[in-house]
Amino acid sequence: MGKKELGLLVLVLVIGAITTALNPRFLSAVNLLNMANLIGLFGVFSIGQGLVIITGGIDLAVGSIFALLGVVFIDLLANHDVAWPLALLFVLVGGLLIGALHGLLVTRAKLQPFVVTLCGLLIYRGAARYYTGDATIGFGYAEGLESLTWLASGRSFGVPNPFLILVVVSAVMAVVLHRSVFGRYLFAVGRNEEAARYSGIRTGLVVAGAYIVSGGLAGLSTVLLVFYTNSVSPSAFGSFYELYAIAAAVLGGCSLRGGEGSILGIVLGTVLLQILQNLVNILGIPSSLNFAVMGGVILLGALADQELARRAKVGVVARA
Amino acid sequence: MAAPLLELDGISKSYPGVKALDGVSLRLGRGEVLGLIGENGAGKSTLMRVLGGVVRPDAGRIGLGGRDRAHLTVAEAQAEGVAFVHQELSMFDNLDAAANVLIGRESLQAGPLRLVDRRACRARVAPLLQRLGADFGPDAPVSRLSIAQRQLVEIARALSVDARIIILDEPTSSLTLSETDRLLAIVASLRNAGTGVIYITHRLGEVVACADRVLCLRDGQVAGELPREGIEHAAMTRLMIGRDLQALYSPPAAAPGDGGLQVQELVTSAFPDRSASLHARPGEILGLAGLVGSGRTSLARAMFGIEPAVGGTILLDGKPVQIGSARDAIARGLYLVPEDRKLSGLVLDMSIAQNVTLPALAGHSRMGLINPASEMRAGEAQRAALRIKAPHASVHAVTLSGGNQQKVVLGRWLSLKPRAIVFDEPTRGVDVGAKGEIYALMRGLADRGVAVLMISSDMEEVIGVSDRVAVMHEGRVAGILGREDLSEASVLRLAIGAQA
Repeated sequence: MGKKELGLLVLVLVIGAITTALNPRFLSAVNLLNMANLIGLFGVFSIGQGLVIITGGIDLAVGSIFALLGVVFIDLLANHDVAWPLALLFVLVGGLLIGALHGLLVTRAKLQPFVVTLCGLLIYRGAARYYTGDATIGFGYAEGLESLTWLASGRSFGVPNPFLILVVVSAVMAVVLHRSVFGRYLFAVGRNEEAARYSGIRTGLVVAGAYIVSGGLAGLSTVLLVFYTNSVSPSAFGSFYELYAIAAAVLGGCSLRGGEGSILGIVLGTVLLQILQNLVNILGIPSSLNFAVMGGVILLGALADQELARRAKVGVVARA
Repeated sequence: MAAPLLELDGISKSYPGVKALDGVSLRLGRGEVLGLIGENGAGKSTLMRVLGGVVRPDAGRIGLGGRDRAHLTVAEAQAEGVAFVHQELSMFDNLDAAANVLIGRESLQAGPLRLVDRRACRARVAPLLQRLGADFGPDAPVSRLSIAQRQLVEIARALSVDARIIILDEPTSSLTLSETDRLLAIVASLRNAGTGVIYITHRLGEVVACADRVLCLRDGQVAGELPREGIEHAAMTRLMIGRDLQALYSPPAAAPGDGGLQVQELVTSAFPDRSASLHARPGEILGLAGLVGSGRTSLARAMFGIEPAVGGTILLDGKPVQIGSARDAIARGLYLVPEDRKLSGLVLDMSIAQNVTLPALAGHSRMGLINPASEMRAGEAQRAALRIKAPHASVHAVTLSGGNQQKVVLGRWLSLKPRAIVFDEPTRGVDVGAKGEIYALMRGLADRGVAVLMISSDMEEVIGVSDRVAVMHEGRVAGILGREDLSEASVLRLAIGAQA
């Protein structure tokens, strides 16, 4: 565990302790399980976002991908009697393909990631709303979804399945990012693309890979989120979620300059964000202040991080 | 003679491991053009940085504007009317010519908002451009101007601050002949208006054409001065060189073999209408000399697939190879130690071991997962073999000195199977001790049968280390010199394009 993750963990514990002191219900089983569920839902796609940010890019399209894949997913199940494994596969592959498209546009057409995914954000949202005529779509009388419903929103050993899915996804992604050749290339390309190219790394492929993973995890998250809400209102579903993901990744130590970050950090960032949301509810702070609290804490975190980095640097110089 | 505009006296400046300037004195009078010559690394740039207030000298006196100072700040230099026209033009190409000339000193409108008064700005700049004979107006966007035209914008900027001393640093390196003539005419008109001009160039013909006096630097010292009537090629070349560099040389263990790295009629995008051919044989160090911008680095980048060649053939051990990316080159055992190790060579905040294994991770991984122990062993092996000064291979590259960083870049290729290695400025920013180690490593590689191509702007290095030297001039190989013909004079003659 690096210094950044440790600092974040301390912050999580301190804020948790303060909230508990103010309202002991924070630690009640119901509240903890509810939070675990939300952490699972938000954590999965935040990890994808983190990988993209490590390459020095950004993925603004995730929220709109949820809406588009979400309406198609429900439509397949409710109106076209598609078997759920097929519908699930469709959504996962759809996410991967959208990611691949973003990757191609960034690495081959050399467009800026911000522009590519901003256009994605607008296009997928529009497509989703057009698909249902802007109407909310639900499962209706779709049958045979019991096992999928359980997988995506049930519990195992009393723990919400989305949380367990996050544990599995983050374990796999931690190995990919921190132990695999691909992960090493991600850091190298994100930190110094020129040197990576001089080392014979196919930098375009590596960057595109990050977008593909982000798209695939967005596909997986779509299914989890659909079963959390049970219906999709295409104009609101997943709206702003890309910003939660970016916030979690940045809080977790991913630098927008690229080349920095860890899976543990991103997960802890997600945890902190959900605690902040929860704290607003549980302490009776007006929920309209929700975003303001989140923004304030991220800003303070960024300032503290900058200050620590500066002091560390001064320390090195003083010793030299 | 009236009091000089500028008098530098005994200026010295040391960096760790090098004495960049050692007691340099220089005078410049009103309406005088001083030609400043010397090889790459002789100290010209450092001296001009002292004059611009960017570098603070360790010792010496700067007499400027009737005052003596120990050092200048950038603001003081500007206030005393010192203006630079840079080698690499520093312009805002998203703005028009007038905005570039007046940047920071714009005419403002009356009124509370103090908006920029574009019309007044253009009116101020128009006569300056006219005086320089510019064929474009003050509203021309700089992005559409040629390099020669941009240079006029820079000179107009100098005129707009009433510069008394204008320093032209390699002003003609990207100009055509007729553009050069026009620039020389402008220099003459500046002189007639009483401006003092310091004209830095490698092109001795221009010095003959425009200078009133020549000052030559060598190894950070004044090598000599020539009055107007003494300015001629032979005298200047004599001043620029002057040491016996043969002593550094360590001969190869065996005669060079066949094969190695060969390029035939290679055309790079930097010089699309020129082609270069050369042959580095296994077992020898082929030096590649030439002035900055003569196409050496473009050639190296083409061979290594960074900017693939647009024509010609690359052969490795006699067989033509297609190199479309660095990956292709590495797969064939053709490696590059790049010119800028911080930008292109290393990922600075990765460890020594991670940097060493970066191009060869397949050899340290199974099923896509890195074996950290194997990686660390490779890093440790290179740290020990190259005597990289760090306690452990897990140390981050950013904390190492220049010489040790260069060894890490080298270690990456030594851990593979090199057939040919191109070194681009292998000892730039490397201290003297590490230089010797790097030369020994290069010789060791050659003796192992590797073809070594060494690009260098350091004459001492070119002559002291190479078995043969190819000299480039404006995109083509102007000549190849064997060990017996190797001297600073012979290399320099080819590099500046003088007829033999």
